[in-house]
Amino acid sequence: MLQVEGVTKSFDDFMAVNGANLTVNQGEIVAVIGPNGAGKTTLFNLITGALKRDKGRILFKGEDISELPPYEICKKGITRSYQIVNIFPRLTVFENVQVAVLSYQRRSSNLFRPAQSFAVKETRSILESVGLLNKEKNIAGSLSHGDQKILEIAIALGNEPELLILDEPTAGMSPEETQATIDLIKRLATGRGLTILFCEHDMDIVFSIAQSIMVMRHGETIIQGGLEEVRSNKEVQEAYLGGD
Amino acid sequence: MFKSIVRTKWFAVVAAIFILLFILPLFAPRFFVYIFALIYVTSLLAMSLNMVVGYGGMFQFHHAVFYGVGAYAVALMLTKTSLPMWVGFIAGPIAAAITGLIIGWFCVRLTRLYFGMLQISLGSLIWAIVFRWYSFTGGDDGIHGVPMPSMISSLNSSYYFILIILVVCLILMYMIIKSPFGSTLQAIRDNSQRCEAVGINVRRYQLGGIVVATFFAGVAGVLFVVLEKSVFAEMLFWVLSLEIFIMCLLGGWFTFAGPILGAAIIVALRTFVGRYTEYWTLILGVILILVIFFLPEGVMGFFQDLFKPGAKEAVERK
Repeated sequence: MLQVEGVTKSFDDFMAVNGANLTVNQGEIVAVIGPNGAGKTTLFNLITGALKRDKGRILFKGEDISELPPYEICKKGITRSYQIVNIFPRLTVFENVQVAVLSYQRRSSNLFRPAQSFAVKETRSILESVGLLNKEKNIAGSLSHGDQKILEIAIALGNEPELLILDEPTAGMSPEETQATIDLIKRLATGRGLTILFCEHDMDIVFSIAQSIMVMRHGETIIQGGLEEVRSNKEVQEAYLGGD
Repeated sequence: MFKSIVRTKWFAVVAAIFILLFILPLFAPRFFVYIFALIYVTSLLAMSLNMVVGYGGMFQFHHAVFYGVGAYAVALMLTKTSLPMWVGFIAGPIAAAITGLIIGWFCVRLTRLYFGMLQISLGSLIWAIVFRWYSFTGGDDGIHGVPMPSMISSLNSSYYFILIILVVCLILMYMIIKSPFGSTLQAIRDNSQRCEAVGINVRRYQLGGIVVATFFAGVAGVLFVVLEKSVFAEMLFWVLSLEIFIMCLLGGWFTFAGPILGAAIIVALRTFVGRYTEYWTLILGVILILVIFFLPEGVMGFFQDLFKPGAKEAVERK
């Protein structure tokens, strides 16, 4: 479904991503792991078009998307959540998700009908599936950090993505919230049949939900493979797992 | 249930205000009728600016240009062509919107302060043209004695005309702000990066917002001509742009009706304090400093926060 082939991105002299390779198959849950500064977020930014790659190719369902702007990539079926909460703080929880649903339904440019009457069912159903329906009228900026991270995912669901990219979905969450989020991700994968690509620092989480793992270091791909293959790889043990 | 009662209550208050304004010319002296009409025109201008600044989050520093373009378009059509008058009235807003489209097309490529700087430069260019092109625009003399249809030529009839158009525009603007387009615009203001990530072509929506707002600024320009039967190059000068920016700030730019309040305060200050001293802006300055310190959301924003807890914390967190 998604192929990243030899993608490179540098900021001045710093090579943030240096020839990274990644394959995500339909219906899979893939994790990207690596120490801080390995280039995981930059890689996600390249896939979603927030940054432009210097070299390499990014293919989604066989089509090269590496030159497309973010909103076009979203329309192709890739959406993402962010590591640092990136929501619409002044809008209500409902409106946060509705903006994405309206965009998906191509209704954003409707000028004279009240927005309240559009996409209500779809928006509510997303809020219900992530467990935020009882807070739909709250101003998003006043939610707790954990709820804001969940809202992150809910916004990303608004566009009915085929590939959902989650950048450290449980960062900063309490143990209970973390467990709830893991359950949510599993539900999204099985219930909605979503293909999920995520990165995460917590190895327990990674090994409990991922089916395939890609390991990055200094912007390079060390290996991508199944859980056992990655766990037993010497280079990975030295670079990452052992060094923890 | 409670909410719907609040809504009807609000509706009743708004309706009562408009009825009062409608019967105003029956008992108020001419001077007051004139000042009120001027406040309506200025309110519409300030609200159109607020669509881009408050709801769109774009630094439209030189918004008066579109007001001027609308006014000049109608004045030139009525004085220099023999086309039916209504064509001139429609030409005003359309000319303003086209100017908004052209200037906006360049500006949306930049962000924040750079957007504002470019907007000031391109706007000032149009001001310079109007100011210098004597044979066409009358230069710094402006155009005076613009003929009006007899229906709206007296002060009272122009007052009603302006009030009715204002009400129609307010309803339209309210609908637009509450529409999917309006909420998308507000989402872009809150977080344009995230909007791109949910499939929104941010520049296109920003440009759309500018065109809509400049259209209404053009309507305000036309209403000014209806009231004054003149146009001046000062209408496109950056000082007026600053003034309407202050109106939005003063009234509260995250509220719908805030700019009306801001416009009323400034027009009243200029009229009544300006009579005693030409330094009325000193008083405005002091008021503005107090507002920034104590009511950072503007006067209207302050009252709205009283009724809507939660909104304020959201802002502080941000």
